Amino acid sequence: MKRIVPKHHLAIRWFHWVNFPMLTIMIWSGLLIYWAHDVYHISIGKTTVFKFFPKGLYQSLGIPHHLAEGMAYHFLFMWAFILNGILYVAYTLVSGEWRHLWPERTSFREAWQVVLYDLHLRKEQPSFDKYNAAQRIAYTAIIFMGMGSVITGFAIYKPVQLNWLCALCGGYEAARLEHFILVIGYCLFFLVHIFQVIKTGWNNFRGMVAGFEVVNDPDPLPTTTNETYEQSA
Amino acid sequence: MSKAPKKKEPLTIEQKITRRTLLSLGTLVALDVIGFGIWKVLRKESYKDGVQKTLRKGLDVNEKIFGNTFSKGRKAKEYSVSEAAKNVRVNGHVGLDDATDNWILKVVRPQGASLSISLDQLKALPKTEVIFDFKCIEGWSQVSHWGGVRFSDFVKAFDLTAESAMNYVGLQTPDKQYYVGIDMPSAMQEQTILAYEVNGAPLPQEHGHPLRLIIPVKYGIKHLKRIGTISFSNDKPADYWAERGYDYFSGL
Repeated sequence: MKRIVPKHHLAIRWFHWVNFPMLTIMIWSGLLIYWAHDVYHISIGKTTVFKFFPKGLYQSLGIPHHLAEGMAYHFLFMWAFILNGILYVAYTLVSGEWRHLWPERTSFREAWQVVLYDLHLRKEQPSFDKYNAAQRIAYTAIIFMGMGSVITGFAIYKPVQLNWLCALCGGYEAARLEHFILVIGYCLFFLVHIFQVIKTGWNNFRGMVAGFEVVNDPDPLPTTTNETYEQSA
Repeated sequence: MSKAPKKKEPLTIEQKITRRTLLSLGTLVALDVIGFGIWKVLRKESYKDGVQKTLRKGLDVNEKIFGNTFSKGRKAKEYSVSEAAKNVRVNGHVGLDDATDNWILKVVRPQGASLSISLDQLKALPKTEVIFDFKCIEGWSQVSHWGGVRFSDFVKAFDLTAESAMNYVGLQTPDKQYYVGIDMPSAMQEQTILAYEVNGAPLPQEHGHPLRLIIPVKYGIKHLKRIGTISFSNDKPADYWAERGYDYFSGL
């Protein structure tokens, strides 16, 4: 017997789907800004292994020579991005949803088991309620990353008026690098997130769109009466 | 004994699932289409001063927020002489074509005659040195060492106090090719100087010989080289980069 089970509240879905384009616009406009002084690279010794970013990437995305435009977008959409983030956090706190999201004492150990399971190196899936241990850590970390982006962002944006914030980030140049690394973090998060969503399947994805999941309860056996069956993990 | 089927059967669980899924998906897609439409309109909007109108409005709103909360007491971090770069980066030559030697600073007052001020007159005033992290709007920064007359000292010395009660200062190169507008609180901040020295030596041509603006509370685009004219106004003076899509305020 199929059952409709509520999963994600409308507010959560709203914040999620608003955040996606907002963050995309922030990263894209950030790239327009970064291009004007694209100094970051990974090197071993004196050899540059990877340059952020290769010319081909800039060309294919139409990045070059849009610094002014990038700043104009960045400093407009930042307000929407920040507001959406604040409302999301406020909602999770007021509704008590944070209890599902905040890592538990055992989460860090369990998260490792989740990773092993996802990599098919472990057979049993660790038990969880709404989110598994790895999700709790990821979804909490992403909020702190968001806060980090806002803090380092303002440190770069107003390094004199907010000189205390800039100092807190370790200075202007450090704040710029931190701001950049967080973006790389979002991109990696996105890749893993998309992979997991595809892997987990439609029922889970629908939860973030329609808000419910469909649970298949095993049909009661004819010999038993009024007995509830618990779904085995 | 079978009854005729009711006109409206209650929805089966499968129907409920399908309906709710389609409704939600449809809503999401509709919102996406609307959002994308707004985005397209924003992208294709006509420009005001080098950038889409709505984005210009956004910059102006930010200017109000950060202009009104601007605190003169907040200073750009200062460094020691040894931390200052020996080779000071040059970025831009607009307005430096007129390199004649008979330079004189012209100060245009809304009322009363204009002033003509020589470099020696400026050098006779107390010298202020500023060693700070010069920040270019492109993203790079460099600690550099400048010396000159504090703008607020200049205002007092040449009896421009009434003018300094106005909203803006405008600066222009002698050839009028480069020009900036600065809000008065930023201009009067104690680290703003009319610089005639870099690393203790007279300004070379590429750094705006003989006099340039150094204003650590702003991006480099506002640090006009080779000042020809200084004026005061309540309306925003024209600004070279603000006409080309950049933020007028450009405050740090």
